Amino acid sequence: MKTGIVGIHNHVMGKVDGLSPAYQVLLLVAVVLCALSVVTSQHKARKLFIELQKEKEQAQKMDVEWGQLQLEQSTWATPARVEQIAVKKLQMQLPKNGQVQFIKVKPNGGTNLQK
Amino acid sequence: MNYASSAQPVITAKLPEWRATALFAVLLAGLAGLLGRGVYLQGIHDDFLQEKGNARYSRVIEVGAHRGLISDRNGEPLAVSTPVESVWASPPDVDADRQQIKKLAQILGMDSKEVKNRLFDTSRDFVYLKRLLPPDQVEKVVNLNLPGVMLQREYRRYYPLGEEAAQTLGFTGQDDIGQEGMEFALQEQLAGKPGSQRVIKDNRGYIVEDAGSLNASKPGSDIMLSLDNNLQHIAYREIENTVNQHHAKSGAVVVLDARSGEVLALANYPGYNPNNRGNTSSKAMRNRAITDLFEPGSTLKPFTVATAIETGKVNPHTVINTENGIYTLGGSKIHDSHPESMLTVEQVIQKSSNIGAAKIALKLKSGTMWEGLSNSGFGEQTGSNFPGEAPGKLRDPKTWRPIEQATMAYGHGISVNLLQLARAYTIFATDGELKPISLLKLNGPVTGKKVFSKRTVSEIRHMMEMVVLPGGTAPLAQVAGYRVAGKTGTAHKLENGHYVDHYIASFVGFAPASDPRLVVAVMIDDPAGPDYYGGEVAGPAFSKIMGDALHALNVPNDAPANNVVAPPKEIVKEEV
Repeated sequence: MKTGIVGIHNHVMGKVDGLSPAYQVLLLVAVVLCALSVVTSQHKARKLFIELQKEKEQAQKMDVEWGQLQLEQSTWATPARVEQIAVKKLQMQLPKNGQVQFIKVKPNGGTNLQK
Repeated sequence: MNYASSAQPVITAKLPEWRATALFAVLLAGLAGLLGRGVYLQGIHDDFLQEKGNARYSRVIEVGAHRGLISDRNGEPLAVSTPVESVWASPPDVDADRQQIKKLAQILGMDSKEVKNRLFDTSRDFVYLKRLLPPDQVEKVVNLNLPGVMLQREYRRYYPLGEEAAQTLGFTGQDDIGQEGMEFALQEQLAGKPGSQRVIKDNRGYIVEDAGSLNASKPGSDIMLSLDNNLQHIAYREIENTVNQHHAKSGAVVVLDARSGEVLALANYPGYNPNNRGNTSSKAMRNRAITDLFEPGSTLKPFTVATAIETGKVNPHTVINTENGIYTLGGSKIHDSHPESMLTVEQVIQKSSNIGAAKIALKLKSGTMWEGLSNSGFGEQTGSNFPGEAPGKLRDPKTWRPIEQATMAYGHGISVNLLQLARAYTIFATDGELKPISLLKLNGPVTGKKVFSKRTVSEIRHMMEMVVLPGGTAPLAQVAGYRVAGKTGTAHKLENGHYVDHYIASFVGFAPASDPRLVVAVMIDDPAGPDYYGGEVAGPAFSKIMGDALHALNVPNDAPANNVVAPPKEIVKEEV
């Protein structure tokens, strides 16, 4: 703003000039304190931001790891591998036609099985 | 001495006035110049300096976006992108002794001479040592801590199912761009959009402030296919066994959800391993079930008969004179390998009589028959959106000669793909609706196009149940505990416009017949063993796939477990 600086200066200083010296000192101290706190909070903000970045990086790493674990799990659990181990190692076999029985659950919780 | 007179006289001569003025003016001009320059730099031309200043500490970093995941209908991953590291070196910065190089070569599984050559090739600033390294090796490379040897992150796509779903999923090429199959079809949704971000870094390289993103990155969307990895495995296992057992060239299976038209499994054999393609031929990469056309043979008969029943020309018990196995029409002969004098319409389907089907077709106007076939989805896309889908050929009925109409009745002179054929059977597996095909998971049933009436459909379904009973062409397609309906097909292959003595054996059917859940279509190309009939080659594969799939999906039985009737010694063979 073109009218800004000078106008504000006159406006504010006009008022300050009218204040008692003690009051002026008090304001000066307050200004200095404010300035210092701006510096410290800026510093804190930077520090926190760095921490945030680290956490983000960590999150990304974990994301990557999760993807790899997911892949690993699905690779170990492919139906082909499970079947091969079941048949060859554990000597299991698929139920032949007719070896599977279906149990129908009636609404009252009973089944078609004979006790 | 008169010092006084010799005393220096007070210099009274004044300097000319202008010198002071001139000096003042020069100084003023200098000041004005400095002020002007200051205002110029601070106020008017500040962008440039600001930019230069920012460049000292602000950086633009790339924000990567990975390709979306493809999963099956239950969320099991089918294609996953995972970051892997590539090891590269900047030869001018390399500082390593012989032992370190040897170690590095060992980790990378390379020749140490080769590694040395690359590391000290100072004519280049950037040289890859090894690309796409597994994570455990990467860790070892990092632990070596060699100056000048660095890592670069790249994405690699993995396919847990390997060759089982290779042709359906397709694969990605360089830079993670889809090249074949669903990877290609869904490229737009799957691909991520990498972005960039402006940040402020301190002298240690840490990012201290986020100065706003230039382009937001967008990771690719995850996509759920309609496939079921269990059923896919069952389908692949059986087609592999069948193709090998009958020394066939290739085979394909389609498993559809009868209620929604979703593709639950789509397998081709031989396949290839998409995780390590090497130099797989493009032949092995083809999804034969969708991109290859064949003459369906007798699997088309139910559509001819259904059209005739629908238009009231015949009913299931109408008796057709099947001419004892030879019928001459327009100078051409139609044969039945199982000669009969008379057959009902039901038996025409059960025993797959060509003469019967031809005679039923000839009761229809060519336009009506064409309409029946066209409404059943022949000659048009299935809606799968699979790249390279071949729509097949259904010729204009105005050009049909009677003999052509007759042969078309039993599936010659028309070409289809297997997916299309499976889809057409959804008409009989539902109350007459042709379901649209989807390779993506849908929520709930889909209404299709009504093609035949419920009554016609239930009559055809009954005939197709007779096919798998003794006296039919496919008793080997029976499934214990379930009622099955289906139709065999055996057709000569067409090579360069001539029929040759190589065959395509097929079986398409659905179960449980009381409330169909699955449609399974099996096609075996060129079985070279002693058996080549659809009922003998494709029927047993159908039975195993259907039985295992129904169990896997927990579909309740609709028949007693001992419903399978031992097939007679001599199975009824269809004429091909």
